[in-house]
Amino acid sequence: MIITKAKSDEEIKEVIQPFKKLVVVGCGTCATLCQTGGDEQVKAMVQKLTDWGKEVTGSIVIENPCDLRIDKRDLKRLGDAMANADAVIVMSCGVGVQTISQASDKITLAALDTVFIGEVERIGQFYEMCRACGDCILNETGGICPITRCAKHLLNGPCGGMNKEKCEVGTDKDCAWVLIWKRLKEQGREELFTKFREPRDYSIKAGPAEIIWK
Amino acid sequence: MGPITEVYSKLGESLKSGKWTWTGEIEPEKTTNLEEVIHTAKILAGHVVAANVTDNPQSFGCMNSLVPSYLIQKEAGLEAIWQVTCRDRNRLGLLSDILAAGNLGIKNILALTGDHTTSGDNPQSMPVFDLDSAQLVYMIKKIMAGHDLAGNEIENPPKFHIGVAGAPGAEPLEPEILKIERKIKVGGEFIQTQVVYDMEIAKRFLDAVKHLKVPTLIGICPLKSYKMAKWMDEFCPGIFVPPEILEDLKKIQDAPKEERRQKTDEWNLNFFEGWLKELKKTTSAAGCHIMAVGFEYIVADIVKLIK
Repeated sequence: MIITKAKSDEEIKEVIQPFKKLVVVGCGTCATLCQTGGDEQVKAMVQKLTDWGKEVTGSIVIENPCDLRIDKRDLKRLGDAMANADAVIVMSCGVGVQTISQASDKITLAALDTVFIGEVERIGQFYEMCRACGDCILNETGGICPITRCAKHLLNGPCGGMNKEKCEVGTDKDCAWVLIWKRLKEQGREELFTKFREPRDYSIKAGPAEIIWK
Repeated sequence: MGPITEVYSKLGESLKSGKWTWTGEIEPEKTTNLEEVIHTAKILAGHVVAANVTDNPQSFGCMNSLVPSYLIQKEAGLEAIWQVTCRDRNRLGLLSDILAAGNLGIKNILALTGDHTTSGDNPQSMPVFDLDSAQLVYMIKKIMAGHDLAGNEIENPPKFHIGVAGAPGAEPLEPEILKIERKIKVGGEFIQTQVVYDMEIAKRFLDAVKHLKVPTLIGICPLKSYKMAKWMDEFCPGIFVPPEILEDLKKIQDAPKEERRQKTDEWNLNFFEGWLKELKKTTSAAGCHIMAVGFEYIVADIVKLIK
């Protein structure tokens, strides 16, 4: 899931300052689960904007704002509400904001900061798990990603900053390579830990990535 | 890899010979002035075979380590162990500097991961870590063999002895040893360790790396004050200062300045005499790496303790 957090009221006030009429768009998927862009948060945003003297011409929670087809369909259904708005304030990750800005010719504003791709342990507890590096090594590391969970994204074991199983960056966090070592040991796959991994090929992530089926 | 075969430097020669070897440490600072660095190098010269020149230690931005490495060799006659971390440069930047080091007559490199940027004085910096320390060793060996990581040819390749770091106080120790094994496998020729005060920790580490058959220099650090000892114990990952040391230094701390200095020096010489004799007599250590930044005058006396 893509984890988001709300921008501060001060920042929102500043970005909406030039506009009088606004449409609010939420996200029915990730931001709903994060409680940053679901039904309730969209209602609260409408209330806030009204309190700040803005006119909200319409609001909607789009199931997948990261899907251009759905955005085009749902924004069309807003009809005059969209046509009369000066700008659209989007409560989703950066993908949703950008996709909506493609689906409409209105100025699109982001209400959230996109933080990471993460796991939901419970509501309000999210942990980063994937950096979308494009070359997954989880099969070799006991299902624990060092690219994401090692602060230095090392590939060949812990650094000298590991202390009592913890990371040197934020000493409350576990050292990913100690977790990997323990997991591989439990699984009887220690040989994977000792494998030398050559430097990664970062050219596969050069420029914006795309996948186009042929 | 394993034991040193070809010799490129005084350090390489000393380690290959099996003689007890001393290395020292020099930290360039946040200045363009290198007078202090050269002065320190002159104090250390003759007492240590070579000195590490640190690369933005603890991620504090200082002059790059290559220029002072060159100058201590040229102006103080002290061989450098050029420290290189993966924190601030990608493989292109590292390659450029390694070739420059070859031209400047640098013959020893300590290949390090580097502390994270957030521990330093510019915590907003982007941490690079394009390579890790094992991959850095691997790249240096490739460069020495005439190719960069992508396989492009390098004319007139340089020669270095490559050292790697060890953390004897790591808990757990096993993954740390497995990492050192990897670094040796890809080309590391000697190990320099983090500071150790507890002899049992030094012995445990030396036993664990014995099978690698590479010279290991145990890190020591004379203690200038109780405050410094307490700080190291609390804030340096993997460094454990035994409580009896802290107690000894606490007793000295309230003495008047001159007396305190004299007593601190005496305490260090007394402590390290027994410690070094035991290390030399009962372990496979190849020598010691003495980190006495700001306390260099004591190095000559400590080195003499086991001559």
